[in-house]
Amino acid sequence: MPTDSNAPLITAEHLVKRFGDFVAVDGIDVEVPRGESFGFLGPNGAGKSSTMRMIGCVSPVTEGRLRIFGLDPATDGKQIRSRMGVVPQMDQLDEQLTVEDNMILYGRYFDIPRAECKRRAKELLEFVQLTDRAKSKIEPLSGGMKRRVTIARSLINEPELLLLDEPTTGLDPQARHVLWDRLYRLKQRGVTLVLTTHYMDEAEQLCDRLVVMDQGKIVAMGSPRELIEKHSPREVLELRYPAGTNDERASDLDGVGNRREVLPDRVLIYADDGEAALAEVHRRGSRPESALVRRSSLEDVFLRLTGRSLVD
Amino acid sequence: MITLAGLPLRIVPVQVMQATRPHRMLERQWMVNRAGGWMVLLSGFFEPLFYLLSIRVGFGALVGDVEDGGRLIPYAEFVAPALMAASAMNGALYESTMNVFFRLKYDKVYDAALATPLTSGDVALGEIGYATIRGALYSSAFLVTMWALGMTSSAWAIGMLPVAILISFAFSAIGMAATTYMRSWADFEYVPSIMLPMFLFSATFYPLSSYGDWQWVVQISPLYHGVAMTRSLNLGEWSWAFGGHLVVLVAMALFGVTLTAKRIERLLLP
Ligand SMILES: Nc1ncnc2c1ncn2[C@@H]1O[C@H](COP(=O)(O)OP(=O)(O)O)[C@@H](O)[C@H]1O
Ligand SMILES: [Mg+2]
Repeated sequence: MPTDSNAPLITAEHLVKRFGDFVAVDGIDVEVPRGESFGFLGPNGAGKSSTMRMIGCVSPVTEGRLRIFGLDPATDGKQIRSRMGVVPQMDQLDEQLTVEDNMILYGRYFDIPRAECKRRAKELLEFVQLTDRAKSKIEPLSGGMKRRVTIARSLINEPELLLLDEPTTGLDPQARHVLWDRLYRLKQRGVTLVLTTHYMDEAEQLCDRLVVMDQGKIVAMGSPRELIEKHSPREVLELRYPAGTNDERASDLDGVGNRREVLPDRVLIYADDGEAALAEVHRRGSRPESALVRRSSLEDVFLRLTGRSLVD
Repeated sequence: MITLAGLPLRIVPVQVMQATRPHRMLERQWMVNRAGGWMVLLSGFFEPLFYLLSIRVGFGALVGDVEDGGRLIPYAEFVAPALMAASAMNGALYESTMNVFFRLKYDKVYDAALATPLTSGDVALGEIGYATIRGALYSSAFLVTMWALGMTSSAWAIGMLPVAILISFAFSAIGMAATTYMRSWADFEYVPSIMLPMFLFSATFYPLSSYGDWQWVVQISPLYHGVAMTRSLNLGEWSWAFGGHLVVLVAMALFGVTLTAKRIERLLLP
């Protein structure tokens, strides 16, 4: 078994996933070194889950080469899965068992002795701050709690690699922050995190490096900062005009800032100096209902690269 | 599993050959039942008692003896082994249809298991194994009741138990395989329309000979082969046909397990 600590944990070369004629993942190249937090950022249908399922060895590779821990999922799936933790897009907790039993049973799937499962379950429930819910059934738990149980359960085999498919989608802001905090701690402990998200703030918080995915292809790769610097001016001026008049108002703004995007609900002007751009808008006599200057984000990178918003 | 090299390697698919942890699915059931599911199993113990009492007290007195294979036997002793075979089938199908469907589509138990070192073969064998245990429990209760009511005809009757386990296994396997094709709960409405005729027309209540030219229809029914075996064991009478019935049930079991493992792979590991 290759245990070279410098070798990448995941290597994908021209990875393709097809469902019939439909191409869900269209020849992506990815390399994830040990200890890194790596993200797939992209809108719904980009092929993030399809990629994660191939890495998780629960979906055969259609074409290309994939290695995890240096092993081939086609022949060593069982061995790869035994060293990895998976948080799927939808929680798959066992509704017929308690929180604690969910964890213990999962450990048993990995052939971990029952007493050890119990010990780890206790420790992990403490880690996700759910000790008082150990004896609870799954059903009464909130969405955020279920997600935390799923994460705790995925750690029962002390995985070297943790796959998280949209870990916080559908959760309220507070629950998301609790989760981010826990994931950040895991990262500090040296667990390699691979996650998908369509939230730019999540990607910025958690990922050392990420790829932007769209329609099965990778359209950009780098650290969040690198991507923003490379693909978007430093600041963004967001202007809102009365409903339905964005298009005509936008034409008054020719030449303001470096670039302009007209969205259904607002006009974005990219500029190195947002305040200066706003002053120019006012000088031209344009009167938006509201104006806001903010820093460029991954959302803007995505818009720039694909012409579409991440979340619609 | 290499010890089974040769013949089984060719019939049994790779998914099943590589199953090394099917017992984890049994462990799951044990944990679920420990949390309060034993009552469902218990209910299965009362059914045979009611059945057998009704036959012993009612039918037995009215019908008298039946001729089967050139020998006269009391009706109760004729019917009881057939009902035992049917109870193995029922227990197996209760578990391997609706309950499996719930775990497959709603509880996502198998999706969760397949993300771990467990494989489609483990899930198929483990779940079929549990349904088999349920069927076997029902038929054990049946056998004990039969014996207590004096409806066993020979010491060979104890051999009905392994046969009932085989019946249960074969029907669990076929039941789970069929369940993987179900799209919604509505599809389960067809299950009784297959089970009831099979229960009634598997030479359960009258000998095969009474079907005349239609015997072949009865012989198509998988339950018939189970009934023929339990009946011959109860009487302690042997014939070459026994081997034939055995082959039919073993083939059914193998086919069901194989198909189930492949279907799970297709549904859950696309
Ligand atoms: N099992 C499947 N069969 C057919 N199409 C699929 C299947 N799974 C995913 N797809 C399709 O592949 C595309 C990518 O899906 P997915 O990987 O789930 O994207 P994401 O996770 O980025 O939202 C979608 O158009 C989806 O409909
Ligand atoms: Mg997805």
